[in-house]
Formats: sequence, C-alpha cells, structure tokens
Amino acid sequence: MGVEQKLGNMGVVTTTLEHAVNWSRTNAMWPMLFGLACCAIEMMSAQAADYDLSRFGMELMRPSPRQADLMIVAGRVSRKMAPVLRRLYDQMPEPKWVIAMGDCCSCGGVFNNYAIVQGVDEIVPVDVYVAGCPPRPEGLIHGIITLHEKVKTEKIKDYA
Amino acid sequence: MDLEAVVQDLQSELGPAVLGVERACGEIGVLLAPQRVPAAAQRLQERHGFDLLIALTAVDYWPDEPRFALVYKFYSTSANALFGLRIPVPGTAPEVPTLENVFPNANWHEREVYDMFGVRFAGHSDLRRILMPHDWEGHPLRKDYPLGYEEVQYTFNFDEIDRRKPYATE
Repeated sequence: MGVEQKLGNMGVVTTTLEHAVNWSRTNAMWPMLFGLACCAIEMMSAQAADYDLSRFGMELMRPSPRQADLMIVAGRVSRKMAPVLRRLYDQMPEPKWVIAMGDCCSCGGVFNNYAIVQGVDEIVPVDVYVAGCPPRPEGLIHGIITLHEKVKTEKIKDYA
Repeated sequence: MDLEAVVQDLQSELGPAVLGVERACGEIGVLLAPQRVPAAAQRLQERHGFDLLIALTAVDYWPDEPRFALVYKFYSTSANALFGLRIPVPGTAPEVPTLENVFPNANWHEREVYDMFGVRFAGHSDLRRILMPHDWEGHPLRKDYPLGYEEVQYTFNFDEIDRRKPYATE
C-alpha cells in the first residue's frame, strides 16, 4: 500500500516535526565500519543479500566517521585500540549512536585480561547492547530496530 | 643432516658456554650461556646452513631461578632441519646480546620478548614496545603480572560493580 492510497487525493501530509525528524533519522542511519573481530563477519553477513540491512536504509557502511551516525562496535576492543575508537567517535557528527555488538565489547566477554577493555561503555556511551558470541545477523538487526525504536521516542526539547 | 655433529661442533667451538644438550620429541637443542648467542647463531648460519630464524620467544619460570629461558629455533631450508637454542636468563636485570646482526628478523622478535617479558637485548638498534601501548607499565606475560583486570559481574554482585564501573557519559 503506497502513501497515495492512505492520503486519498488531499496532496497534503500532516505530522509532527518530531515524528518527521525521527523518521528521517531512523530510515537513513548510516553505520560506521568498526569491525574489530569475529563479530564483524556477522555484521558483514547482516549486510549481504540474505539479511540485507538496506531494507532499513543502512546499505552504506561509511569508512569515514564524518559521514556516519551510528557506530557498530563489532568485536573486542583492546586497550591500544581504545583511544582510536574514542577519537573516531568524537569525529562523528551529532546526533550519533553506538551499538555494542557482541559480548566482548559489551562487557569484555571471555577476555577478562590486561589487554581488553571490559566493555566499550567505559569509553563511549552505548545505546544498545547486542548479546551473543557472536550474535547472529538477526540479533544485530534486532538491536538496530531496538535502537530505531529508541530514536523514535526522542523528544524535540531534548535535541541538543 | 646429522644434528649430533652440529652439537659436537658447537661444543668444540664454544667450549664451556654450552651448558647442556636437550633431546625431546625427535628435536635437538643446546643449552647455552647468554653471552655466546650471536657466536652460536653465526656458526649455525655459516657452517651448518641454518639460514632461517623461525622463532624467538621466552618462558617465565618464576619463582625459579634462573627465571627466564629464551628459546631460539633455527631452520635449515636446504636440509629441512630444526635446531634449538635455549638460554637461561636470570630474573634480576635480564639481558642478552642481540641477534640482529646475524638474523635481521630478530629485531621484531626481540622487541616482542622485551615487551612481554622485559628481557633486554644489548646492542639492539630500536628496543621499543611492539604490541602494547608505548606508555604501558609492566610486562604482561610475566608470571607475577596480574592475570585478570576486572572482577566479573554476576547477578549477586552486579549492582555493586555497576556503581563503581567507569561508564562514559558523554
């Protein structure tokens, strides 16, 4: 069903500004490439033909942080990588969101040792955690939809 | 290739620096005093055709003394043979002469051993950390280095750890 059946022949759509802004934000949310480990394979799979992230307007993984609004941290973050990750996050334009994909970057996972940051939320604020080791592409897509639901509830008075 | 002949040649060449011979699982190696490592490597390379340094690593036997053992593995591409050197290194101020002038690839291997175990290599051209960040303190693969970093969050202590965990807010 297209929008013209819904509208009849009025030619006008009325909505709230909040709704329109959040709709545009959720339906073209470009993620930044941040594959760090095996989770990145599942992230690639989520984008490939079988799962097809482009259904959500996310077919573009941006290699540059300046063109991205979502950082999917896929994999374990080592202490040497942490400053790099924070720097890339700082380079992303507002508004920006972070998904911690997988156990390792959510809480350290099985790597409780000197080299791995125990949860990427120590470095950047995380919006959605996706559990799994690694999560299946469905899991990542569920996380992304959950993030979309969160973004849709954002109020215009809270915009920075 | 007759590896026993190589051992005998090293024994006659280096004399008392050869501390012993190790035979295990069909491989043979020599226990050697630290100061004679470059001489032994050069001998192996020039006289016996061991043209490849395939491994250089260390073992920490803390709290035993001598604490560290450096393990060198040489490979002969023409004879398809392996030869090992094992160097006992004391725990206080561990230092071994560099092998860089004989096998240039020892450069990175020695940097890794320095990074992970804190064994210094005398004469090394660029002895920096190679894996850990440059401002890292300590040498992570030493046995007395703390194993874990943070306490694991279970259901019974989740809230308590959650309160003191340094979350990023901005």
